Amino acid sequence: MSTTVEAIDLKTLAADIVAKALKAGANDAEVTIREGDEFSTTVRMGEVETLKESGSRGVGIRVLVAGSNGFRVASTSSSDFTPDGIEHLVNGAVALARVTSEDPFAGLADASEFGQLEGDLKLFHEDVYSLPTEERIAHARRAEAAALAADTRITNSDGGNFDAATGHKVFANSRGFVGEYRSSSCSISVSPIALGKSGEMQRDYWFTYARSLAKLETPESVGETAARRTLRRLDARRVKTQQVPIIFAPEIARSLIGSMFDAASGDSIYRGASFFTGKLGEKVADESVTVIDDGTMVGGFGTSPFDGEGLPSRKTTIIERGVLTNYLLNTYTGRKLNMKSTGNASRGLSGNPGTGSHNLYLVSGSLTPEEILKSIPAGLYVTELIGQGVNMVTGDYSRGASGLWIENGELTFPVQEITVAGNLKDMFQNISAIGSDLIFRGSVASPTLRIDGMTIAGE
Amino acid sequence: MTPAQAHAGASGDHKRYFFDKFGITERLLERCLGEALSAGGDYADLYFESVASTSIGIDELLVKSASQGVSAGCGIRVVSGERTGYAYTDDLSADRLLRAARTAALIASGPAKQPVQGFTETKSPNLYPAPAVELDTDLAKKLELVMRADKAARAFDSRITQVRASYSDEIRRILVAASDGTFASDTQPLARLNVFILAKENERTARGTSGGGGRVEIDFFELDKSPEHFAREAARQAVLQLGAVAAPAGEMEVVLGPGWPGVLLHEAVGHGLEADFNRRKTSAFSGLIGQQVASSKVTVVDNGTMAGRRGSLNVDDEGSATQETVLIENGILKTYLSDKLSSRLMKMGHTGNGRRESYQQIPMPRMTNTYMLSGDDAPEDILRSVKRGLYAVNFGGGSVDIVSGKFVFSASEAYLIEDGKITAPVKDATLIGNGPEALKYVSMVGHDLALDEGIGTCGKDGQSVPVGVGMPTIKLDRMTVGGTGR
Repeated sequence: MSTTVEAIDLKTLAADIVAKALKAGANDAEVTIREGDEFSTTVRMGEVETLKESGSRGVGIRVLVAGSNGFRVASTSSSDFTPDGIEHLVNGAVALARVTSEDPFAGLADASEFGQLEGDLKLFHEDVYSLPTEERIAHARRAEAAALAADTRITNSDGGNFDAATGHKVFANSRGFVGEYRSSSCSISVSPIALGKSGEMQRDYWFTYARSLAKLETPESVGETAARRTLRRLDARRVKTQQVPIIFAPEIARSLIGSMFDAASGDSIYRGASFFTGKLGEKVADESVTVIDDGTMVGGFGTSPFDGEGLPSRKTTIIERGVLTNYLLNTYTGRKLNMKSTGNASRGLSGNPGTGSHNLYLVSGSLTPEEILKSIPAGLYVTELIGQGVNMVTGDYSRGASGLWIENGELTFPVQEITVAGNLKDMFQNISAIGSDLIFRGSVASPTLRIDGMTIAGE
Repeated sequence: MTPAQAHAGASGDHKRYFFDKFGITERLLERCLGEALSAGGDYADLYFESVASTSIGIDELLVKSASQGVSAGCGIRVVSGERTGYAYTDDLSADRLLRAARTAALIASGPAKQPVQGFTETKSPNLYPAPAVELDTDLAKKLELVMRADKAARAFDSRITQVRASYSDEIRRILVAASDGTFASDTQPLARLNVFILAKENERTARGTSGGGGRVEIDFFELDKSPEHFAREAARQAVLQLGAVAAPAGEMEVVLGPGWPGVLLHEAVGHGLEADFNRRKTSAFSGLIGQQVASSKVTVVDNGTMAGRRGSLNVDDEGSATQETVLIENGILKTYLSDKLSSRLMKMGHTGNGRRESYQQIPMPRMTNTYMLSGDDAPEDILRSVKRGLYAVNFGGGSVDIVSGKFVFSASEAYLIEDGKITAPVKDATLIGNGPEALKYVSMVGHDLALDEGIGTCGKDGQSVPVGVGMPTIKLDRMTVGGTGR
């Protein structure tokens, strides 16, 4: 299935392109090469609906040309790996750098900072492609069938899916760094649709996602969970506008952890575009809150041996017992803030490096989700959020929500077509209970969270 | 991508681009289609795509970035009943194309079929310029645009602390050949100028954003919408937000301003009317054709044929002609937006809405430019009629759950209306409603239809495509506003 050139060839190619760029007039250069294969299939109502299988690759270069007051930077990317294509790529980037400005903060990291994690990080498992096509289809079909069989009210489906993908990333720069890694992933997911008493439809979904086929949960368990999640939404009501405690289910709470990361991201900090600006060392959340970004977890979904600039991935505590302890930085934002990179550079094929999280999580508390529920006489258990509604400059937060109403510590009827609103600054301070149920189903994870003081808008 | 890179294709001659640059021939297209149908199947198509893009930005008074990219590839689809097989390649050699065709063919199982002999070229209008020059010949002009935006934004108000302005554009060339004899090619320019601003006063910081463009050439930003226009608009919003009060919470009367607030239609009805969801009966609008889904004052169309608009296309990504489609007429649901697969399986008219993000993606029904037609009301009268409510004129974006019909869209500029008068600006708030119900509460429709300035990008199943929206000023008697205030 793979169309890959041998790994050694791509590393050599990346280093060659770096050398070509220096020859063409760049003082420094970085080259990224990515290739990937993907397979996906959807089975809907028992029949195969789509089958997709392919691969592609791309190369990007970023050149830095020295001036009297800093580097001029430009980048180009291409899917053309022919010698002509590479020459255009390199010459194009150097030509483009003539129109950009000298930036005193631009530039590669110091050579001493480059490096990569040693040993097998278990990011790549060949087994994701080991199944014959018929077996892959069967995984999707079994997941959907389990959902459809769970209850007569499940009458339709957006399908069951089996997906597998592999990636190969190569990065080289003119200060001697050359690195590469492969990664794999596969998943089974299903989105059943249930029909309520009034004729209203509801859908939900569930999935299992892993770097190795062997680590996937069974299609049946995915289907059954998806069915349970869908059925509990049936015959949902609205509730009145009010302030009550809100519990965020783990799969929803993770978006709040993502917001904590964004708020602490160096790019927003140096611009004053985040409500965390200037808050280093201050209490920004309840003292029960500790948030960590860890790029070193073996087999983690957000693990990599090196970041987008060739710095080794590491573990950074962002919030420790409620106090903001670190900003998340790449080389550029680090220099802007007079700090060191935290190894959080992210990178596309072209453009300047951004800031990205690795395995990002809020450390578990001691309460079971049931114990958190028990403490609430009336409130909302949120199982889905929709819409963008988060302003990272001010912290203002307002999103569409659905979930289950809590009465006397028990989940009762489903709720929909309401919003939950507040301000992230207050929401982080008002985290009043943290679950013991931290599970990584992706690179960002959170246990169950209870937050007080938010407003529900409804009837 | 580079100044030296020559392209043989002159303006208008889209087909020759792939023929000349990649050595594609009609004979090869026929061979690939034959290979695609070698295991049976009802239909096959080839989608060739070549995209060249540039982007340049000013940030803290410096041009910190400039980038260019090129990509090319071909996606091959085989349809057998309701099944779709898909494969793509970024290597356009005959070997790789034939291999991709064989991979896609695996979806079918039966005796080989023959594609229709000979191609019929889709007749298409010229809705936008087909640039003959390479993008980077205008680099100096693009730089000038972002610098002008930066300057105008900084001059707007002393409270402005950060300005970022960027210009990005692309030229997408496509060629579609299908086993039903469809043959189409197009050159699609797309340009956009964006401004992002922060304003600060005492301890308060606020943001403002603006942008626009379309399927236009760079002189659009001289003649139609200047960089100063977008810069002042973003700056105005940022400064305004410094004084915003908490948005109200709960159900109330809502007035939406003209233009971009039309994102309401995109979320409330547009997605729910895409034929794939209705074919599967997974949309809250399934089975509602001929029924009342909005007040009688509401007529909504999707129109891919507007000159220069961001959502417009000479031909869609299946090589079909685009059109103007009435979705809702005087409140009655008329039709769905379809692609080839849906129109065949549902035995309904084909509206030319088959779109895809790139050659790596399977096409599906998507919106183009979606808007509500003007009514008779004066915008002033609409505002005057509201005792207590919200007047929302700018939005960040929206989202919808197709199955349940629940949708949201997030206001980034809104005001309280008290006794018919606009009073305080409010902070960002999400509005939520139920698609098949929300437009039944439209009680007044202004005579001031406007389209957005060219900023919309729509996401569906992980695929992004440029779209347009539009609306006159309207009043909804009931809508839930997700603020925190009273």
